[in-house]
Amino acid sequence: MNATPIIQTTQLSKQFDKFTAVNKLDLTIYQGDVYGFLGPNGAGKSTTIRMLMSLIFPSAGSISIFGKELKDNREHILSRIGAIIEKPDFYNYLTALQNLEMLNKLQSARLSKDKLYEILELVGLKGREKSKVKTFSQGMKQRLGFAQALMHNPDLIILDEPTNGLDPQGVKDVRDLILKLNKEQGKTILISSHILSEIEIICNRMIIIQKGSKVVEGSVNELLSFNELHVSFEFEDDTKAFAFIKQHDFLTKKFIEVVHSRYHFNLLSTEVAQINKLFLDHGFAVKSMIPVRSLEDYFLNMT
Amino acid sequence: MNLLFLNLVQTELYKIFRKGRSYIGFGAIAFIVIVIQIALFVDGESYLELGTQSLKDSFTFQGNLLNGYLSVFIILSSLWVHIPFLIALVAGDLIAGEAAAGTLRILLIRPISRTQIIWAKFTAVLIYVLAIVVFMAALSIGTGLLIFGEGDLFVMKDMLYIFDSSDALWRILASFAFSFLSMSMVASLAFMLSAVVDSSLGPIIMTMSIIIVFMIVSSIDLSIFRAVKPFMFTTYMGAWREFFSDPVDWHKVNTAVVALVTHIFIFLGFTTWYFKRKDILT
Repeated sequence: MNATPIIQTTQLSKQFDKFTAVNKLDLTIYQGDVYGFLGPNGAGKSTTIRMLMSLIFPSAGSISIFGKELKDNREHILSRIGAIIEKPDFYNYLTALQNLEMLNKLQSARLSKDKLYEILELVGLKGREKSKVKTFSQGMKQRLGFAQALMHNPDLIILDEPTNGLDPQGVKDVRDLILKLNKEQGKTILISSHILSEIEIICNRMIIIQKGSKVVEGSVNELLSFNELHVSFEFEDDTKAFAFIKQHDFLTKKFIEVVHSRYHFNLLSTEVAQINKLFLDHGFAVKSMIPVRSLEDYFLNMT
Repeated sequence: MNLLFLNLVQTELYKIFRKGRSYIGFGAIAFIVIVIQIALFVDGESYLELGTQSLKDSFTFQGNLLNGYLSVFIILSSLWVHIPFLIALVAGDLIAGEAAAGTLRILLIRPISRTQIIWAKFTAVLIYVLAIVVFMAALSIGTGLLIFGEGDLFVMKDMLYIFDSSDALWRILASFAFSFLSMSMVASLAFMLSAVVDSSLGPIIMTMSIIIVFMIVSSIDLSIFRAVKPFMFTTYMGAWREFFSDPVDWHKVNTAVVALVTHIFIFLGFTTWYFKRKDILT
């Protein structure tokens, strides 16, 4: 399983004058992966994705997609990729359907109008097919971005910050759609984000880059299980909670601080259930428990 | 020519003709042509009087001097300097406008070569230029003949030429055909600048500036400017007037055609070369 590399970059670099945006980046994405591409803003994610889509030409290194060199097989490779690159921009003076119809003409396999309506329904734009894009919110444009990326049934889907501008329901819909495409249709998906929790939920493998270089790459479960979660607890009645924590060495060791009646701990993922049970066994009803793991925290733990 | 390329040309034309700015040219031409025709209808006789005043001692004029062909010639003389700006408005926006709007990305991630995209866009803009020139020709000839009727065309250049009405129409059509070539050259310049610059207005302003500077230099008869005139495309854009000489100076016309076609190929060649290597950062 996961033996066939779909994307492989070797010593991939991009230099803009004296600024190195991507520095000798090696990454491998296998067939069937939902691959998280993580890094803070300005880390080089979008530059790398643009190189994968041949919008930007590498200064050094190579890109192989579907087992072929991108620079020699650009059109063939692009015919098998669907992508959203940064914010989805469309022809604002055209309707959603007209935009898709126009892009449809540029594919080797043309879709029927009914199929285009189906795709627009799939991404949640039913009823807005004939609205001009200039009337769309950012979230609706993002949905149309998905429609154009999926319309030619690509084998590989590249999504650059796909949940930007979406409301919570939209974010959930995107997650569900990505998982559905991966699980039911076997699509390989590369998704970039600067939000670790987003990647944690939907990806099986990930890479973290910073200042254009790889920090770490591997299985999401393996990489994140080594690191502690920041978890905050809220109790129904916390009058004796602080004293209780101070009585237990394990809790004291893991405790960070109390902020607005929320008790913050650093815990391994395996310790969360254990500490919850400890509180319950001692009569502290846990009102809420919120795990927080930011990319910044992860970096601090990594370095 | 493959089907994908034709589809690409079709989508580019679709984009051009769905934009409001593409109709500014048609609107402006229609307005100016109609205004000139009305002005000639109202006050054409005094205009002719002024034009022929110095010749009246030597010649006697008979027949319909203020005719449709003369009105077309006057329109051509007035407009050929201004049409380039209307062409630049569309051609200069073709790549830079898409870069600024971010739509270049969704186009360039399709399985089409960049060369095909450039050539399809340029083909589309040539069709637009053709539509503008045909519109201008049809409107000016149509309204001219309708209002003033046929007649001999008299043209005062370095000397007085009088063309029989049966001899005038082909000269007018040939000068429109030549104008198409001139405007295609302007389109290729604006298009090239559009590939280099990412802002929407930049290429339009730059094209206009280049044409204005070249035209000013061309019109000033100083020896230093005379030396550079052969290297300025504006020198050849005015060769449509040669069709109103008798006999036509075909050497001048052919030289101008070769110069303009060469400019088009150089500009288009550079655009293709540059765009194939360009990093799309917008």
